[in-house]
This record gives sequence, C-alpha cells and structure tokens, in this order.
Amino acid sequence: MLYELTNNTAGRSTPEKPKGASDRTKYMLEVVKLNAWYGKMKAVNEISMKIKAQAITALIGPSGCGKSTLIRCMNRMHEVSDGGRVSGQVLLDGRDIYGKDVDAVSVRRRIGMVFQKPTAFPTMSIFDNVASGMNLTRLWYRKGEMQDLVEHSLKKAALWEEVKDKLNWSGASLSGGQQQRLCIARAIAIEPEVLLLDEPCSALDPISTLKIEELMLEIKKDYTVVIVTHNMQQAARVSDCTGFLLLGELIEFAPTKELFSVPHDKRTEDYITGRFG
Amino acid sequence: MSESGHIRRKWTNRIMLILCGCAAGLCILILGLIVGYTIANGISYFNLGFLTNVSKPVGEAGGGMRDEIFGTFILVGLASIMALPVGLMAGIYLAEFGSPAVAYIVRFVADILAGVPSIVVGVFAYAVLVRPMHSYSALSAGVALAIIMIPVVARTAEEAMRLVPNSLREAALALGINRWRAVLGVVMPGAITGIITGIMLAVARIAGETAPLIFTALGSAFGVQGLNQPIGALPLQIYRYALSPYPDWQQQAWAAAFLLMILVLGINIVVRTVSRRKSM
Repeated sequence: MLYELTNNTAGRSTPEKPKGASDRTKYMLEVVKLNAWYGKMKAVNEISMKIKAQAITALIGPSGCGKSTLIRCMNRMHEVSDGGRVSGQVLLDGRDIYGKDVDAVSVRRRIGMVFQKPTAFPTMSIFDNVASGMNLTRLWYRKGEMQDLVEHSLKKAALWEEVKDKLNWSGASLSGGQQQRLCIARAIAIEPEVLLLDEPCSALDPISTLKIEELMLEIKKDYTVVIVTHNMQQAARVSDCTGFLLLGELIEFAPTKELFSVPHDKRTEDYITGRFG
Repeated sequence: MSESGHIRRKWTNRIMLILCGCAAGLCILILGLIVGYTIANGISYFNLGFLTNVSKPVGEAGGGMRDEIFGTFILVGLASIMALPVGLMAGIYLAEFGSPAVAYIVRFVADILAGVPSIVVGVFAYAVLVRPMHSYSALSAGVALAIIMIPVVARTAEEAMRLVPNSLREAALALGINRWRAVLGVVMPGAITGIITGIMLAVARIAGETAPLIFTALGSAFGVQGLNQPIGALPLQIYRYALSPYPDWQQQAWAAAFLLMILVLGINIVVRTVSRRKSM
C-alpha cells in the first residue's frame, strides 16, 4: 500500500522531460577539486561536480562516505564543525564562496540548508520560526511585512493549511514531519537560490516522507535543490541527477535514470543492487 | 558459590543500604533542626514592627531591622548590577565562543574563584577599595559580593547554554544568522530557565554572606546614607547582635536569622518550582 503511494510520486516526476535532454543547461553550483577534513581525518577527496539549476541533485552512498560533509561544504557549514577544514572551490553562479572577501554568513543566506533532525526552534512560535531568518538578521522589522512572507513560505512548504489557525503555537508542538516542512519554510523565507537538504526524511515516517518528496518536486521549479539521502529509492524517485560517493570520493555522477539503469562503475552497481552498504 | 558467601554478600548489601539511608536521613535531620531551631527562637520576636522599625539602643523596646533589610537589598542589587553582565557574558563566552584551550583556562579560573573563601574576598575588597577610599562603603561591599557572584553566574549560565542542542545552533547559522544573534535569539531563550535559576541561586548565596561585609559594609547606626558610606545588612546585624551580651539584641538576632532564612529558602523554593514546571 505504502509502496504504491510512493510509486505514485515517481509517476509524478516522470512527465517532466529528463534533464540533460534540454539544450541549454544552467549550472548553479560548481564544486571544483574540493577536499574537506575533520581534524586530520579526510572526509572529502578531490570532488568536482556541476549541479544543475532548478533540478534536484541527489547524493547517495553508504554511511561515512562523506556525502553529508560534501553538502555542508556547499554553504560553508562544514567550517562550523570542530576541526572542520576545506580546500578547493565551490562556485555559486561562477563566484567562489570560499573566496577571500566572501562572508560565510552572506553565503548561507543564498544557500539554505535543512538538516536531518527537525530543528524547529522550540522557544519560538510557528510564525516566529518562519520569520526567524529575517528577524535575527535585522534589528528592526514590522510584523505586517512579515505576515506575507510567512504565509508565502508556509504555502510553498505545503504546511499553511495545517498551521494557519495556530501560527502562535510553539514550533515544538508540531509533529516531526510538520517540523521538517516548517524548517523548509524557514529556509525558503530567506529567499535563497539553492536549498541543501541533508537527509531530510531519515527521521520521518513514510507518509511524512512522501509529503516532503512531493514538496521537493514542487520547489525545484524555483530553486536548485541538493539532497543527501541514504535511501536509494528516494534518490531514484525524486532526483534528476545522482552522485554516488564512496570513502570520500565521487565514484559516479550521472542523470538519475542512467545511474540506476546502466551504472558505469562496478562499485556503483554493487551499491545500487544492494550488494553492500 | 558457597552458601556462606551468599549470606555474607546479602548482609553486606543490607548494611550498606542501611548506612546510606542513615546518612541521607541525617542530612534532612540537620536541615530540619536548623530550620526548626531558628523558627522556634526567632518567631516570638518577629512582627511587623521588626520589619518597619529602625534599631533602638539597648534597653529600649521595639527595635527593628528596617535599615538592615533595606541595606541587604541594596547590596544584593549593587552586586547583581555588577556581576550579572560580566557573569552572563563570561558564560556565553565559555559555552559559545571560546576556543577549547582558552575556555578550559577561563573555566578553571572561574572554578578557583568560586572556591576562594568569602572572607578572603572581603579582605581583598578592603585592601583595594576601603583603604584607598578611606571609608567603609556600600560600594566596596557590593564589589566583594559581586566577586563571589560572578563565577557562580558564569558557570551556571554556561551549563544551561550547553544543554541547548547543537542542532539548533547549526540551524540558526544555516539561515545566515551570525553567531551573536543566534546566541541571543535561539540559544539564550532555550537556556533562560537554567540561567535564571543560576542567577537566583547566586543571589540567595550572597544574601547570606557575612564575612566579606565585615571589612567593607561595616554596618551603620544611621540607616542608609549613600553608596560611599557604611551600610547595614541583615547577616552583619545577626553577627553583631548574637555576640552582644544583651538578651534583647540576641532575641532580635534570632528574628533576623529567621527572616534571612525565609528569604533564602523562599528564593530557592520559588526557583525550583518554576524551573521544574518549565522543564515539563
């Protein structure tokens, strides 16, 4: 039953023309020879990849393969971790986000991120959670101008209908799936160009997962989406391109259909056929 | 697996349980004795006049502690004004910004400072403030109490902020919020119950401090005259009256002890109820 439900989303995604078929492909993010370390431990090794605009790119691989580290490098969140260090380039619209004069905080306003665990701010209302990106970066704001932004973001995140009558409830009062959509609404509210999702469904039940997947297909019309997932079916269902990582290296990066039907690398094939991982 | 070994272990277990139970009972008994004894001796003199009258000379009835109560509030207020910003910001530094090595040193020093006997703090305030100013003063007493208060506030604030999950900090940073606003807007609100608990416990602690006041506040027979003048305080007056040879003053010392205990216990109980309700 659930399997059928989830199959339907795959059905929804197929009518769109497969990417790569289009003649003018725009790349939003370009990773160039990226290395990342935790202290002395190297987690990402010389990865280069181009990420298409207005498409969903999935990163898959076994635990500890560096996929989360890679996505954290894409909005300079890796350097927040203890001992986090990066070399190489990540070009956002052609400009290196690790450039000398680039401020990490302003990078994160253009490249939003949603984490594995739902992180609704428990001390804030649902409204304030969505507005927090704006509230906490400006000194003064008017509640009125926030109203539209919050409503717009919650609608985009497909949460508006469920919470419109209880906007002043605590963010923590929502279920895990709702909280995760609240986090997506919060990330959308700062109007980023790229949205990074780090295993957004791994703490959720299948129904909530389905909702988030539908939501991703919806928001990719406006945003460039990168998703890390340990769930291969999810990558196959929603993404346009998929990268397979192993031990910190990008083994294969191809349009999703191609990667899952005719993998070029033996290791990719072993992984997607369930021979390990 | 001999039978006797089994019996021996069973009895050791029983005896240790009983000993621990006795020790726990003793703790409660001691608190009960102190509270009970203070109430029994203090309550007979405790009335409205005791709170509203000023102290009277020996032999004259109806003396009260109005000025000393007022003085205690002024001293605690002074100390809080000085210690809270420093303590809170030091706590924020320890929990949020300090590099592990520096934070370790600061934490270590704060713990040492918290362990310095309060009388030493009093002597220090005497040397650096009372002597140069050529006068005992409320200000110097406030400084002495603030020195006692800072490490307590800093460490409890740090502990409270550490309990806020790191995922919330990262979520805030990922929204393009800078560190400082993330601390103010996300971490502090999440830790506020713990922070307030720490502040109130620190207040309760300094409200009862006597030793540092002997060298700094001195006590005053003329009420509250100004921050650069000597000032009276409840614990000081208890100390003075309890040592006096006059039964009337000794009675008042008991009553003042009763009042001080109510204040400190009251703060403790309020803080604990509030923090328990919040955490549920």
